[in-house]
Amino acid sequence: MLIIDCPYCGPRDQSEFSNGGEAHVKRPDGSADIGDREWGEYVFIRANPKGIFYERWVHSHGCRKWFNCVRDTSTDEILKIYKIDEERPKLDSFKNNVKTPSGEPNLGSGNFTVKK
Amino acid sequence: MKGHKDWPKMWRSPEPREFYDIVIIGGGGHGLGTAYYLAKEHGLKNIAVIEKGWLGGGNTGRNTTIIRSNYLWDDSAHLYEHSLKLWEKLSTELNYNVMFSQRGVMNLAHNEHDIKEIKRRVSANNLNGIDSLWLSKEEIQKKVPIMNTDNLRYPVLGASYQPRGGTARHDAVAWGFAMRADEMGVDIIQNCEAHQIKTKNGKIEGVETSKGFIRANKVGVVASGHTGVLAETAGIRLPLQSKPLQALVSEPIKPIIDTVVMSSAVHAYVSQSDKGELVIGAGTDGYNSFTQRGGFNIIEETVRAMVELYPVFGKMKMLRQWGGIVDICPDASPIISKCDVGGLFFNCGWGTGGFKATPGSANVFAHTIAKNEAHQINSAFNLDRFASGKLVDEHGAAAVAH
Repeated sequence: MLIIDCPYCGPRDQSEFSNGGEAHVKRPDGSADIGDREWGEYVFIRANPKGIFYERWVHSHGCRKWFNCVRDTSTDEILKIYKIDEERPKLDSFKNNVKTPSGEPNLGSGNFTVKK
Repeated sequence: MKGHKDWPKMWRSPEPREFYDIVIIGGGGHGLGTAYYLAKEHGLKNIAVIEKGWLGGGNTGRNTTIIRSNYLWDDSAHLYEHSLKLWEKLSTELNYNVMFSQRGVMNLAHNEHDIKEIKRRVSANNLNGIDSLWLSKEEIQKKVPIMNTDNLRYPVLGASYQPRGGTARHDAVAWGFAMRADEMGVDIIQNCEAHQIKTKNGKIEGVETSKGFIRANKVGVVASGHTGVLAETAGIRLPLQSKPLQALVSEPIKPIIDTVVMSSAVHAYVSQSDKGELVIGAGTDGYNSFTQRGGFNIIEETVRAMVELYPVFGKMKMLRQWGGIVDICPDASPIISKCDVGGLFFNCGWGTGGFKATPGSANVFAHTIAKNEAHQINSAFNLDRFASGKLVDEHGAAAVAH
């Protein structure tokens, strides 16, 4: 289980939180004019990277506030947690452990977090 | 007796050639089956299956091996029933025992809504010619005497039952398809990771792999949890989210449960393997991840429901726990489709229930690749549905809520 450091309450078990999927998804401008396909992409398609992932969490069984998180989905290591109104951290400020799109991290799943 | 030495190789392990007519990415049951049916039913021989690890080492070897076809909508019912019919003759067809055991599959109802939903599904199944019946509580007690039906928070009120459903030996499915595909000249290449799907002017060029570049006229991607990241290398975004799905097995015991019992509402499903272990399916984590492991709270939830439903299991020890990365589609239905890139095909989005579909999925995917168009059975499972909105919503029939 992950320990998530809620920016309002401090570190808590992941089971107190709910995941809100990809962060920073913008509703397309001019939704009355865009085609079905573009609209479908906005409704159904979300990023699903192996590696650095920007996502939203909500502290459902705590303060019930939303916040953003950068997590490495290949190891589950949480790299950064920031409030919803803070700027999106740059991608190159994180090291990606996976060399190829579907490669495995050197130490194997989860060990980064365990070793720390 | 040779003391288990000198076993012959079950398939060749060739180095990849420079060019194949068709390259299948993913050496699980669906991928190997696709190669088998391409060779067997469509007479195509210049085929390679490339696999990052070892055959059946992904979700084929990690699932709980449950097979059924009691899905609600016509499109899904036809697809899963096509598969179930292929399962029924698969051992004979492959001349390899996949240990398909039609011990029946039960889906429990724990509340008024479950009863309505399950009864509706039973009727829909019957209209599609699928064996499915409603069991009363008394009939369940007769079939599974160890089940605690009354003294629990969510009492058991009834169930659907599909007698032709059951289980199969998952490894044997991959090995059987691999052996027969290999015999027909398909190159099965293990430890060969796909790095990039290369395209040129909207057409497929080939696959960059850890064993070099392989040119191909057509590429089929059947890489379960990793299908999305591979599609991305060809500039295609798929409506998939990858999450760990867990399972666990107990220490082996004498035969105690001779059917498969699933409950979506309290989230516990169980069958007993031929070795005597209880095979227990847990849920998916609530967040995207590629760690083949999963969160402990998910296991805790499942075991809690198991112990309440079957108090007799309360003192048993669990032997192993693991996770597999499943690719989940917004409508809990798969994608078996061509795409904007000519010669590039996807078979993905099976989410938490792909094993049961292995032969059927492989069969219609082979058709789709060979003919450049969908088989009637998989025509609804195209990518266009995410623009048209004509989804195949099977959240009710999926055993694992997602």
